[in-house]
Amino acid sequence: MNGVNVTALTVFVLFFLLVTVMGFLASRWRKADDALHLDEWGLGGRSFGTWVTWFLLGGDLYTAYTFVAVPAAVYATGAAGFFAVPYTIIAYPLVFLFLPRLWSVSRVHGYVTPADFVRGRYGSKPLSLVVALTGILATMPYIALQLVGIQAVLDVLGVGGGADANWFVKDLPLFIAFGVLAAYTYSSGLRAPALIAFVKDALVYIVIIVAVIYIPIRLGGYGHIFEAAGQKFSASKALTVPENKQWTYATLALGSALALFMYPHSVTGVLASKSRNTVRRNMAIMPAYSLMLGLLALLGFMAIAAGIGKGDKKFNAQLSVPQLFENMFPDWFTGVAFAAIGIGALVPAAIMSIAAANLFTRNVYKEYLKPAATPADETRVAKIASLLVKVGALAFVLTMDKQAAINLQLLGGLWILQTFVSIVGGLFTRWFHHWALFAGWLAGMVYGTWKAYGIASPATKHFGGNAAEIPGIGEIGYIGLTAFVLNLLVAVVLTLVLKAVGAPEGPDETRPGDYSAESGDEELKNAPEPVAAH
Amino acid sequence: MSSDLDATEPVMPEPPGPTPVPAVTPERVLAGLALLVPIVAMLWVSSYDKTDPYQGGVPFFYWYQLLWVPVSAVFTVAAYLLVNRDEKARKAVRKAGGAR
Repeated sequence: MNGVNVTALTVFVLFFLLVTVMGFLASRWRKADDALHLDEWGLGGRSFGTWVTWFLLGGDLYTAYTFVAVPAAVYATGAAGFFAVPYTIIAYPLVFLFLPRLWSVSRVHGYVTPADFVRGRYGSKPLSLVVALTGILATMPYIALQLVGIQAVLDVLGVGGGADANWFVKDLPLFIAFGVLAAYTYSSGLRAPALIAFVKDALVYIVIIVAVIYIPIRLGGYGHIFEAAGQKFSASKALTVPENKQWTYATLALGSALALFMYPHSVTGVLASKSRNTVRRNMAIMPAYSLMLGLLALLGFMAIAAGIGKGDKKFNAQLSVPQLFENMFPDWFTGVAFAAIGIGALVPAAIMSIAAANLFTRNVYKEYLKPAATPADETRVAKIASLLVKVGALAFVLTMDKQAAINLQLLGGLWILQTFVSIVGGLFTRWFHHWALFAGWLAGMVYGTWKAYGIASPATKHFGGNAAEIPGIGEIGYIGLTAFVLNLLVAVVLTLVLKAVGAPEGPDETRPGDYSAESGDEELKNAPEPVAAH
Repeated sequence: MSSDLDATEPVMPEPPGPTPVPAVTPERVLAGLALLVPIVAMLWVSSYDKTDPYQGGVPFFYWYQLLWVPVSAVFTVAAYLLVNRDEKARKAVRKAGGAR
């Protein structure tokens, strides 16, 4: 990190300018007649076809933080960090089962958020509110982490003035990046990240393909890379997962896969697609990104073989891949690679802030503050909320340490998983009682948070990990999944009890046919809340 | 989609009642199995938690899981085609029922 890498920085800035222009022009892309409807700003008019959805979801789910953190985990822990690969393999077959149903019922009833669905299905305001708040809570640190991703790149580029610069100069590039992001998200809504996602994903694919071919050539082949990695890790952290950690590996993969499409920003990406079939088709083509993620994970081993951070006990693993790129690539291509990471932060940050804004607008503002809000009111509030969410994330990153953001993001995955029973359960059956679901959610949240609080790591006293002993099994497993099982048990038992005592149920505004409706079907023609005209 | 047009149409009655197609069809069962295979394969960690045999210098643990990415995609595509067929059949039956 000696001085500024001018060539790389120039390329980086050029790409940044390109996507900025695209972000503002996006408001004219597929322009709708009724731009004031929240469906337009918040869901891109529910009009995206297979390829746009593919780029949008890819841009949305595979974030800058992923690019930095997944190889960093492999760099630091070896095989255990590779769980991201089975996680994404499991995720798509799993969500194939229920996302089409969520799309259909949301389309018929005009739902914009998962909490909208819960409200309509169970007729329960408290349950809908906790689903919405859990979503906002889980999304905020995720946005903050995107900033951490940009910071990692800026650090390696040498901008930020080093340790002796004052905080304002140090963080100025971050302010600029986020200010621009906030401006075009405000004006273009979901269309901005959808359009920019094309650039982001193209850059990412190019960089990864070049990296997994070019870097091993320079390092003397994969055989040499794994040899070096094998030497680095002691017996406990070898090139495979130790036997007593196999449960941890599997439960982390499964729990993360279950949680992935509970995140509000994932749901936003799904609901923005134009048909049920688009959603299904995407579950079959999304694995292309998983392959990229797997190759990316291998970069962690390449960083070891390249001697990145060798002998430096305090080396920040998060910088391993950016540093690897800078050491290995010619300057101009380092710029391209860093642009991929930087833009890779902007796309999800935009979608996440839109998703959080939709949740606030639909499930807090319209539900509690102004029930008579028109679609135009909703759009206005959502736009302002998206700004506030981003300012909040920025303040979070600047005032708290990075470790807090990472801890909270780990907790976010655990928390969002606790909405699974209410949402996915509701997509298939109305058997659960809404108070039982509420109690299950509460049990999962409290248990998971309490367990995570008790885990210390070298870096932090609390929330230092995500695995603990599974009661009754004795193996070490992902806390989020244990909490999820507890959540499910509580929901089942309490539903039986509440049904036995004849507790009143809320009204269900959905009908069985709503869950299989496809665009063009009768159900959609009768939609109680017609979507904006095109 | 034009909401103006929809508004002028009379409100349709409830969608046609239960269809003769059963909830469990061979297509649905096969699709479910196709989706289950990659999930089981990946959760069965002990089946692939080893370094040998190496492939081009890459330990088994890594290339096996990477190989499952395209394999799982093939299974998901199969499920997609099966479900598509099933839904077309259902739609045809529903249409026939509606015309009655």
